[in-house]
Amino acid sequence: MSSNIVTAIYIAASVMFILSLGGLSNQESAKRAVWFGIVGMALAVFATIFGPQVTRYEWLVPMIAIGAVIGAVVARRVEMTGMPQLVAALHSFVGLAAVFIGINSKLSPPAGLIGAEIIIHEVEIFLGVFIGAVTTTGSVIAFGKLSGLIDGKPLVLPARNLLNLIAVGVCIWLGFMFLNHAGIWTLYLMTAIAFIFGAHLVMAIGGADMPVVVSMLNSYSGWAAAATGFLLGNDLLIVTGALVGASGAILSYIMCRAMNRNFLSVILGGWGTATGAQQEVVGDMIATDVASVAADMQDAQSIIIVPGYGMAVAQAQGAVSEITRRLRDQGKSVRFAIHPVAGRLPGHMNVLLAEAKVPYDIVLEMDEINADFPNTDMVIILGANDIVNPAAQDDPNSPIAGMPVLEVWKAQQVIISKRGQGRGYSGIENPLFFKDNSRMLYGDAKSSLDQLLVSITN
Amino acid sequence: MIIGSPKETAESEKRVAMTPDSALQLQKLGFNCIIESGAGVNAGFTDIAYEKAGVEVVKTAAALWKVSDIVVKVRSVNAKERKYLRTGQTVISFFWPAQNPDLMEVFKAANASAIAMDMVPRISRAQKMDALSSMANIAGYRAVIESGNQFGRFFTGQITAAGKVPPAKVLVIGAGVAGLAAIGTATSLGAIVRAFDVRPEVAEQIESMGAEFLMLEFDEDGGGEGGYAKPASPEFIEKEMALFREQAPQIDIVITTALIPGRPAPKLWPAEMVRLMKPGSVIVDLAAEQGGNCDLTVSNEVIKTDNGVTVVGYTDYPSRMAAQSSTLYATNIRHMMDDLTPEKDGQANINMDDDVIRGATVVHNGEITFPPPAPKVQAIGKANNAPKPIELTPEEKKTQEMADQRKAGRQQVGLLTIGGLFMLLIGNYAPASFMQHFIVFALACFVGFQVIWNVSHALHTPLMAVTNAISGIIILGALLQIGSSNQIVMILASISVLIATINIVGGFMVTRRMLAMFQKS
Repeated sequence: MSSNIVTAIYIAASVMFILSLGGLSNQESAKRAVWFGIVGMALAVFATIFGPQVTRYEWLVPMIAIGAVIGAVVARRVEMTGMPQLVAALHSFVGLAAVFIGINSKLSPPAGLIGAEIIIHEVEIFLGVFIGAVTTTGSVIAFGKLSGLIDGKPLVLPARNLLNLIAVGVCIWLGFMFLNHAGIWTLYLMTAIAFIFGAHLVMAIGGADMPVVVSMLNSYSGWAAAATGFLLGNDLLIVTGALVGASGAILSYIMCRAMNRNFLSVILGGWGTATGAQQEVVGDMIATDVASVAADMQDAQSIIIVPGYGMAVAQAQGAVSEITRRLRDQGKSVRFAIHPVAGRLPGHMNVLLAEAKVPYDIVLEMDEINADFPNTDMVIILGANDIVNPAAQDDPNSPIAGMPVLEVWKAQQVIISKRGQGRGYSGIENPLFFKDNSRMLYGDAKSSLDQLLVSITN
Repeated sequence: MIIGSPKETAESEKRVAMTPDSALQLQKLGFNCIIESGAGVNAGFTDIAYEKAGVEVVKTAAALWKVSDIVVKVRSVNAKERKYLRTGQTVISFFWPAQNPDLMEVFKAANASAIAMDMVPRISRAQKMDALSSMANIAGYRAVIESGNQFGRFFTGQITAAGKVPPAKVLVIGAGVAGLAAIGTATSLGAIVRAFDVRPEVAEQIESMGAEFLMLEFDEDGGGEGGYAKPASPEFIEKEMALFREQAPQIDIVITTALIPGRPAPKLWPAEMVRLMKPGSVIVDLAAEQGGNCDLTVSNEVIKTDNGVTVVGYTDYPSRMAAQSSTLYATNIRHMMDDLTPEKDGQANINMDDDVIRGATVVHNGEITFPPPAPKVQAIGKANNAPKPIELTPEEKKTQEMADQRKAGRQQVGLLTIGGLFMLLIGNYAPASFMQHFIVFALACFVGFQVIWNVSHALHTPLMAVTNAISGIIILGALLQIGSSNQIVMILASISVLIATINIVGGFMVTRRMLAMFQKS
């Protein structure tokens, strides 16, 4: 296969990738879109393998075979609730590959570079390795936090921003030394610092901000691929990396906007922008039990369910789906309201509900459904907290002030299924629980719903 | 301890303070329950039903008063019952202590205790024992039913083969519990409901019940202590009258529920308003007992005015629905006993440190404890008085939009200029091969931004999985290096191929799994 044909195939692959991302605009075309991606990837990989630049196959074939088997097994085994962890873990692979390829490119540089090209190439190596290293450890930490192996609370070191600044400064300085032929040790040292920097960056970010972190790492993995493309002079890598990078960046932006927070303040981690005292919450939380919720549910005509991370933790999506089906069979209107940052991954709740076979046309976004709450008989909140906190609108001193929230309190009745009296991930009090039309249903969401299911017999 | 409930002695009082259901609950608290024979008959509860619930039925009131430690009643004790009162006895009933100071003296003399259900503070925690609200709820409902009884037409508008029927227009004055209940009932019967209240913060509640809130443009908040209204200023009343004068000719049914605690009912619907109304209209005055909101109201009677307007002045709405009101009242009492016996050991303990119990207890062991200190918790949050954002005129809006547009334009031009200069700078130094790649990069970023904005929110997780899978394209780099003669390079490249493959295969398969799950109903 000549190199021109390889390039032609690369162009085809780029087009496939763009179609693949574009196809995700709705559920029906999305299924086709994945195939575009798969075909694009297959074309690119085969063109490269059988292209003029690859001559030895004795390592290549077994590695691909083993990797494919591992990937397939992991993909088949993973629970849908474990999706955030899996995505984070996979990001770290891309980052690590970028680090290795960058170092390789230094160890055996391509022939025929002259003058400024050498400097550019070295800059590309340095940048690629840096981004790759940050992505790697950042993703590992994100994986740890999402799977509960590492405490979700932000790790706030004293002067953490200064530490980050120093780390970046030292890396830049090492970069200059590297360009002045100080030796390959500068690259290794920088890699080590970047590893630590990436880990520290994500350690400082709380669990509730994880959707932003995961999409940010997604973006980084794209930029790492693009940087690798530059250093290898491979346009397909550049195109694909840029697509992925742009996608992650936009997702991060959407998530930040949904929380009314500045991207920088999320990335720098920690709360603490609020000034002044938060409003005192007065009143009592009124507990209720499954039997009375079931009775109220029979009376309600329109019901909106608001799922949150608690539903994912309790694996309650199956029970939710069954309850929804039965209530809909009884002629009630049952819908789902999804806040953009519900869960730990953008769109996390949609995937869980889809897994449980909840039809997607009754799963609505915040903007679509927020106006409907006043005409709703009953709202059921499953393990969500901050995204339904009225303090975001009422209390200018609340840490989440200004964050768009689901206005559930405007409904006739609000049932809150919750494990205990604890606070949400942001650790702030939720006045919703104290409202007159709120009732608390304590207990694990799954077991509560299972009992409800028994009560709602056809 | 023994809880006893005698038969109500007041005329036309059909309610009873203990039902078989509430007795079962009281027994769970450790009390023994007794009831006077026939006490529940008017409310539909037979002696047999009580006996089945484990309640002892005694023949006479005297016998009941003799053995009971706690007597639960609807109306407070009358002249005859005063004689039965003995030391250490507690009576739980409606009391109206402000209007009945001599009654408190009776309890003081008898060295007994009185808990007034009408004095339960209006705070969230005490809602479960707020008998005034439960009774008001019934009164509001019944007021609509009574008005319908007097009103010669449908509530709901209908278009029938026999002609078109306009919907009834109902005006509810005072949106307390009774008012809101009346609004809900009238709305569900199909009437067009308007409501007025001096407290602006209830506007939302009125609208939530499906009525239109008649807004009075006036800078005075009529909300007083404990979520009740307070007397209004003369200017305010004048404005209010103007509003009513405008409404009166259109309205078919007026339900007035305005009460100010401890005062005669305000005269909100004077004779001139009645004259303005159409013949056949109905006024239901829920404040009849306190003198009535309407000038023409005659307590406990239904009268017809000269211009054919019916004025209903009943005062016993809850009693007219004795089964319902007894059930609710008995439950309120049961909740009160719940709070009085935290140990559930059948020993009532009047804990004067408890805000709710303190408020409701008017005589404690022969000592008058009325009036109580103000409760610590405010009953209902005041409406936010934050100034509304100033409405912009269309011209102002237009100029603002244009200014925004211009600003956005300037920003864009600025960014493009900076970007362009940056490109020039790079172009000046970088080799041609780099610039070619850079073009590709810049265009790809652009395409990426344009494409991703269209992805629906529900598909963000699949998007992430797909982009993750295609970022495995980095495998190409490793593939190109795997043939290197340098051992380290070869090993690192092999590992890279391995993990990138995991990424690609895993990412795509997971995405397919996810997308396969999305289905339409």
